[in-house]
Amino acid sequence: MGLPLMMERSSNNNNNNVVELSRVAVSDTHGEDSPYFAGWKAYDENPYDESHNPSGVIQMGLAENQVSFDLLETYLEKKNPEGSMWGSKGAPGFRENALFQDYHGLKTFRQAMASFMEQIRGGKARFDPDRIVLTAGATAANELLTFILADPNDALLVPTPYYPGFDRDLRWRTGVKIVPIHCDSSNHFQITPEALESAYQTARDANIRVRGVLITNPSNPLGATVQKKVLEDLLDFCVRKNIHLVSDEIYSGSVFHASEFTSVAEIVENIDDVSVKERVHIVYSLSKDLGLPGFRVGTIYSYNDNVVRTARRMSSFTLVSSQTQHMLASMLSDEEFTEKYIRINRERLRRRYETIVEGLKKAGIECLKGNAGLFCWMNLGFLLEKKTKDGELQLWDVILKELKLNISPGSSCHCSEVGWFRVCFANMSENTLEIALKRIHEFMDRRRRF
Amino acid sequence: MRLIVPLRGVIQGRGGLFVGSLIPCCLFYFLQLYLKRRRPPPSDPTELPRTSSRTNLFSRGNSIGRVRVSSRAVPVAKPSDSPYYIGLERVKTDPYDRIKNTDGIIQLGLAESTLCFDLLQRWMSENLMESMMQSDDGEFNISSIAMYKPFEGLLELRVAFADFMSRIMGGNVSFDPSNMVITAGGTPAIEVLAFCLADHGNAFLIPTPYYPGFDRDIKFRTGVELIPVHCRSSDNFTVTVSALEQALNQARKRGSKVSGILFSNPSNPVGNILPRETLQDILRFAQEKNIHVISDEIFAGSVYGDKEFVSMAEIAGLGEVDKSRVHIIYGLSKDLSIPGFRAGVIYSFHEDVVNAAKKLMRFSSVPVPVQRILISLLSDVRFIEEYMTAHRQRIRDKHIRFVEGLKQLGIPCAESGGGLYCWVDMSSLLTSYSEKGELDLFEKLLTVAKINATPGTACYCIEPGWFRCCFTALADEDIPVIMERIRQLRESSRS
Repeated sequence: MGLPLMMERSSNNNNNNVVELSRVAVSDTHGEDSPYFAGWKAYDENPYDESHNPSGVIQMGLAENQVSFDLLETYLEKKNPEGSMWGSKGAPGFRENALFQDYHGLKTFRQAMASFMEQIRGGKARFDPDRIVLTAGATAANELLTFILADPNDALLVPTPYYPGFDRDLRWRTGVKIVPIHCDSSNHFQITPEALESAYQTARDANIRVRGVLITNPSNPLGATVQKKVLEDLLDFCVRKNIHLVSDEIYSGSVFHASEFTSVAEIVENIDDVSVKERVHIVYSLSKDLGLPGFRVGTIYSYNDNVVRTARRMSSFTLVSSQTQHMLASMLSDEEFTEKYIRINRERLRRRYETIVEGLKKAGIECLKGNAGLFCWMNLGFLLEKKTKDGELQLWDVILKELKLNISPGSSCHCSEVGWFRVCFANMSENTLEIALKRIHEFMDRRRRF
Repeated sequence: MRLIVPLRGVIQGRGGLFVGSLIPCCLFYFLQLYLKRRRPPPSDPTELPRTSSRTNLFSRGNSIGRVRVSSRAVPVAKPSDSPYYIGLERVKTDPYDRIKNTDGIIQLGLAESTLCFDLLQRWMSENLMESMMQSDDGEFNISSIAMYKPFEGLLELRVAFADFMSRIMGGNVSFDPSNMVITAGGTPAIEVLAFCLADHGNAFLIPTPYYPGFDRDIKFRTGVELIPVHCRSSDNFTVTVSALEQALNQARKRGSKVSGILFSNPSNPVGNILPRETLQDILRFAQEKNIHVISDEIFAGSVYGDKEFVSMAEIAGLGEVDKSRVHIIYGLSKDLSIPGFRAGVIYSFHEDVVNAAKKLMRFSSVPVPVQRILISLLSDVRFIEEYMTAHRQRIRDKHIRFVEGLKQLGIPCAESGGGLYCWVDMSSLLTSYSEKGELDLFEKLLTVAKINATPGTACYCIEPGWFRCCFTALADEDIPVIMERIRQLRESSRS
């Protein structure tokens, strides 16, 4: 299956009949040769299973939320006895579904999304359904925004460490560059004004035009919310440089204590000046908070009319199936259900987080103090023989091969400090998590003896 | 900085090399270095001085520069000047309804079929829930539809599609599921192929008249150009090799690099089925010029005439040419009347294209619950046979009625055997045989006769007077209404 890193591009002449592909097709910007994805392959080949394969690889590299499936199942069974909610009954329902391919999206669904997003923020910000543009997942939303906000060879500033997928989603087809805003553990990896200026200057020195800053809040892979002051500084910076601010809030519903999350929407809520507001855009999705990545539902929420119009038209390439919109509209509008779901989901994630962090602590391993997300940011710097990226990858390889745990090395997240790893905990049962912790304990015990 | 070979001294073959050539070169290099350092950085949108008071900054009002979008985004939001889109928008303002709005604008501009909804609806009401909730133990388990699955589509879906496509294309060709990638509709399918086969600034040759949507689908983000290859009514708008050759040569003279040929079969908007020989000619031409062939076969199941539909996959399989240059687009929006579900196919004989397309599907994949419904639907062979037979028959019947109605008005249509529309020659109604005359007629049809039909200009047809009329969303009783309106328009033009 190997896709060569860079194919020979044959010249277009009559004697050579090998037909050429585009630069996009042959580039390796998809990043699937990195350790982030190599670990997944190891998992696919030998997946852990409680009964059938207890010594298999435990997948701790996939940020998927399975802790609240039962809530969804109960709701669907109760409210949707014969699929009536899902469009199997009734003539008008099916007809609309089958033909509907309007890039505006179903109004009821957009209203439901707006309402859900408001609930997650505890009503501290309002969302206008007409500013919601639907895309087939947040991956598509981020790419779409990048096409709209930046031209090829322009750059977005992104704080490190960041989600490895951004290298692909923001750059591959768009031709846009990422310039990192370096963050480190001295202040819990928060973005500083100095780091912002430095990143901006780096781009300038390389003759690259910066079009915006893209943050993830709460952060992936840190598992921590961005402080309100930092958000204000960011907006300040973007106004001064006259650039955009994109906030990917895909984990906003996975913050353990609702009060600890400040959305950029709250900051903008109190601003009347359109020239400030219209540079702010929010990305959201149901893949993490609602645990429905298979449904492919993402959104761009923009305070900029032009961006909303443009994004809508471009969303033709990534429409959300009418069937999906129909299926989820009533569920997301059911405020009693969503309130309960959000509350219980947060609680369960918090407990999982505490379990893993305490378990790691007992093994002598510290994590960054986190308060959100489906993962923790673990510090194994003290275990590295060489405090280099290679040293980190060697340790990662040992963890994969000896402990049979697939975790994500910080270098694949472009972390400027070596030794950090992202460990996901929400895509498995509590038992499996215990087994993973046990393997880590045993590993650390063995190490101590030497 | 350019490298200047100090030639003078070398040529003269003397030691004057140093003085004669090197010094001027050094001076040149230093000059360039000096100029580069002095060159200002790329022009920035207004940068404001830093201020310590945040509230002051946020309340500065108009003195802050308006933030801009990318230059490639600018044309996207502009209102379209294509009659194709203008017509579609106009219908929304005053749509015809048999009961509630008999004076409204009748939509003939959207290639959609509602002729077999009764069958689909019945299937859905009987099977939708089961097909979505299928799991091994029979219990509803949300994880079977909620979790991440490969973006290129479940294997069972690709297998089901491969079988379905083979059936509806006459059974003479088989499709390998591993060459297939499932997309969220035909629109992303064509765009992803364009991204994979051509670089920004390259071009595809495309026979005219062509589907107006291609302008957006291909040009919006890929930067790939479309070069029209004009076809004539004398050939029933079938492309010829000489026309392809001419277009390619002209493109090369202009410095345009052609990466491939894109065409639809059954053709949109004409509705003709490309003969086997034409397909072979196109493929041989592509082989000779070493370019790709993209065959958009999205109407393959909507064939109602006597001509046999032949897929480009069948021709590629004959082994005469390197088939890795052949790529096919398909989807369920037309044949199965479910555009809302968003299900399309890229089928390619080129392994690297399939691999790249798979990875690009993260941006445009089909939701898992919908995939499960489609697996069930496409695998229900008995239902599919029943549906396709009815679908073809009903299109045929409607086509006959529609064309007959026009014939009685003395308005001929091009010969067609597929698609959801016909290609109508309204030149007899033109006030002047020109593009302007055609657009005038389009406007009159829209505002006076209150019919939205897509003019050939929107499809880049070089012969004026042709209109695409989609008839598969019409009830039988709508047809005389349409014909009467056209007749009245003609009467009023004459007087």
